[in-house]
Order: sequence, then C-alpha cells, then structure tokens
Amino acid sequence: MSVWVDKFDVFAGGFWLTFQICVLAATGALILGAVVAVLRISPVPPLRAVGTAYVTIFRNMPLTVVMFFSAFALPALGSNADFLRIPVLDLVFTRLSTDLPYFRFALIALTLYTAAFVCEALRSGVNAVSPGQAEAARSLGLTFTQNLRYVVLPQSWKASIVPLGSVIIAMIKNSALIGFFGVVGDLSATADQLTGAEGYAFIPVAIGISIGYLIMTVPLGALLDRIERRQAVAAR
Amino acid sequence: MTGEALIVLENVNKWFGPLHVLQDVDLSVARGEVVVVIGPSGSGKSTLCRAINRLEPINSGTITFDGQPLPAEGRALARLRSEVGMVFQSFNLFAHKTILQNVMLGPVKVRKEKSAVVRERAMGLLERVGIANQADKYPAQLSGGQQQRVAIARALAMQPKALLFDEPTSALDPEMVGEVLDVMTSLARDGMTMVVVTHEMGFARHAADRVVFMADGQLVEQAAPEEFFANPRSDRARDFLSKILTH
Repeated sequence: MSVWVDKFDVFAGGFWLTFQICVLAATGALILGAVVAVLRISPVPPLRAVGTAYVTIFRNMPLTVVMFFSAFALPALGSNADFLRIPVLDLVFTRLSTDLPYFRFALIALTLYTAAFVCEALRSGVNAVSPGQAEAARSLGLTFTQNLRYVVLPQSWKASIVPLGSVIIAMIKNSALIGFFGVVGDLSATADQLTGAEGYAFIPVAIGISIGYLIMTVPLGALLDRIERRQAVAAR
Repeated sequence: MTGEALIVLENVNKWFGPLHVLQDVDLSVARGEVVVVIGPSGSGKSTLCRAINRLEPINSGTITFDGQPLPAEGRALARLRSEVGMVFQSFNLFAHKTILQNVMLGPVKVRKEKSAVVRERAMGLLERVGIANQADKYPAQLSGGQQQRVAIARALAMQPKALLFDEPTSALDPEMVGEVLDVMTSLARDGMTMVVVTHEMGFARHAADRVVFMADGQLVEQAAPEEFFANPRSDRARDFLSKILTH
C-alpha cells in the first residue's frame, strides 16, 4: 500500500490531467450538443437531417473508433488541431498548447462523441414539455427562436438535467481511454506506469486510480440526486 | 357584420395519412361575424379551426386571411399568427410564467411594445375577464375556468383581427363552462370576428351569427342559428341534433 504515499504525486498528476480533459470535453460537448439539439428540433428539414445524421454517427460508433479517427485521420489530413491552442485558456490547461497533439485529438474525439448524447438528453427535456406550450407560443406569433428561448427551454432544462448528468459521468469514465491514444500521464495511464515500468502491485494501484475517478463522479452524482429531489418537491 | 370577408377558405383538403379529414371545404367569415362550427367528434372541426392559422398545414386549396394567402412557415407566418388569436381546449397557458406574464409575453416579445404600456393593457384585460386579482399567480394555481379566461385575455392582448376557439369549454367542469361562455358572448357582442368550434348549443343559439355543421370532413350545411336549430336541412344534421337535444 506504500504506493499511495510514495507515488502520490503520480496519482495527483494523473487526476489533474483527467480532470482537465473532462472539464474541457464537458464544456465542449454541452455547447456542441446544444447546437445539434437545436438542429434536430428545427422546423427546417435539411437542418434536422444534419442533426440526425450527427447523432446517428457519433452515438452509434464506439468511442475507441472515434478516437482512432481523431488520432490518425486528423494528422493524415494535415491537421494538428492547432485551433485548440486557445490563448489564456492554455495557461490553465497547458496541454492544449503542447507540440504533441494527442491531448487535443483526444479532446476532440471525447467532445464529438459526448455531444451526441448531450443532444439527446436535451431533446428528451424538450419532448417532456407538452406540445401545447409550443403551439400556444406559435399561435401568439413567436418565432422558432423566441419559442425556444421564452417558452420551451426554460421548461425543458428541468427534465434534462438528470440525464445530462449521467451523460457527463459516463464521459468522465470514458476519458480513461485517452491513455491508449497517445495522451501521456492521465489517471488510467498511471496504472501502466506504476505497475509496468515501476513494478508496483496491481491491486493497490487500481484502488488508487478508482478513488481518483470516484472523487470526480460521486459528488456529481450526489449533486444530481439533490437537484432531482428538489424538483420533486417543487412539482408538489 | 360588414359583409367584407376576413377569412376565406377555398377548396381546402387535408389528409391525415389515408384519412381525408377536410374535403373540399369552402368557408368565408366576414369581419365582425361569429361563426360557430358544430358536428360530431372526428368530423374535422378542430382541424378546420387549426388550419386557419396554419397550426395544421393543409394539402390543397387556399386559405386567405385579410386578403393575403397564408404564408409558409417563417417570419411572415409568425406575423400573421400574431393577428389571429387562438384559444385551446387545454388552455396551454405557459406553466413557468405568472398570469400577468402570460398575457404580456406576446405584445412585448412579438410586437416589441413597451412593457409598461402592455402591463396596463394586460391588467385591463384581466379585469375584463375577472381575474385581475390573480395576476401574480401561476396557471397551476387557478381553476380550469379561470385558466381559460386568462387564455382569452392572452389572445386579446395581441389585439387580434380574429379569434379562433378550439373547443374552449370541453375540458372544463360543468360549473365553469358558464363563466367562459359569458366572456365569449361579451366579445361577440363587441364585434370581434370569431370562429368557435364547440359542443355548447346554447352558445351557438344565442351568440352565433351563423352555424356551420360539419360531418366526416365535409361542411354539410350552414345557416343562421334560429333556422339551423329549428329546421336543419340535411339528414346528417337532423340526426346529430336529435341525439344531442333530447337530453
């Protein structure tokens, strides 16, 4: 068990890197997922088709395959995902600007993949709002955007927040894949380093890593339970 | 009645899959006229009513409102809808907004009117429908009849050229039907152009200028209420009236 004390810095470093990619990917997926959700419920058929195609592709493909595409197809197309070297943001999330592009590739894959699920969680919330609400708004002359902004979305987020939380928790666990796609030093890759290269026993290392993930996922789950309970009270 | 047509439907056809819900419907509603549409369930009355502001798109034929054909989905349609008020069977008040906010939303967001001006008009309308003292409550705190009166005030706040009522009293407890019909009757007296789909024969008798009888997607007959109820011309209407008026 001495590995927890001896190698605390390795665990902490892995935790910090995983935490960073999760914060970035969650933010990206929430934004992109919201855009795709608006496309999918838009009254314009071509936009709807684009949204549906996006969800069909990224919800049905294994994350591993998306990661492969991101890590191998992007360089083949001549991109190092340099657009993610965002000034100021890269002062906190230093890996955004490293010369090795794999953190950026992994971030792209995780964001694209998770956005499909975010879209569906948001859409399930929109569907939970009775169609009469949107109809009444339309009959008053509100445009599609006004309808979403003033009538549908303010009512839908309540029904979205719990499934959305589950999506983000799943994403945190999915991030364990990034170590296999060139990202050095995330929480799950710590296992390889400590057991393979440094010869520590596997079980204590695995427990240490699990605790790292639980520190991120359990509070998020507890927060969701709380929100859900508060909503149940508000709904009487 | 001035006789000038405000709403004109010509040769309107609508299918729900294989079901032909509106069959070659022709109907013209004059400015200031109150047209009550009655008929058995599934006859297409609600669809007809919803087609007028294109909540239900039609498959063929033309609908013109105030001289203009209904535009396709988009800004122009939104503008047209803002001139046609609609009252639904299930009220459809915005559940997350107070009564006053419900009434104010359209004028403020669609017409970009000043909030203070709208508030005054909204309170006046709530006064008129008898709910001014509930302005800060949420829809769920009101009875069905009160909610429906708010829905009428919300439609009126847009100062529409016509009002469509889609079975406005069908979801109400019997003792609340009267309060809603009273409001509708007073609107009719004030010269509002109204298309009312309803099962309330009493309202049809005393408030309608014309009764339109629909069955199986067809507009079977139309006449002034006294004439229609005393003397229905078609078998279908006679049959319908005999079933509902014997009770």
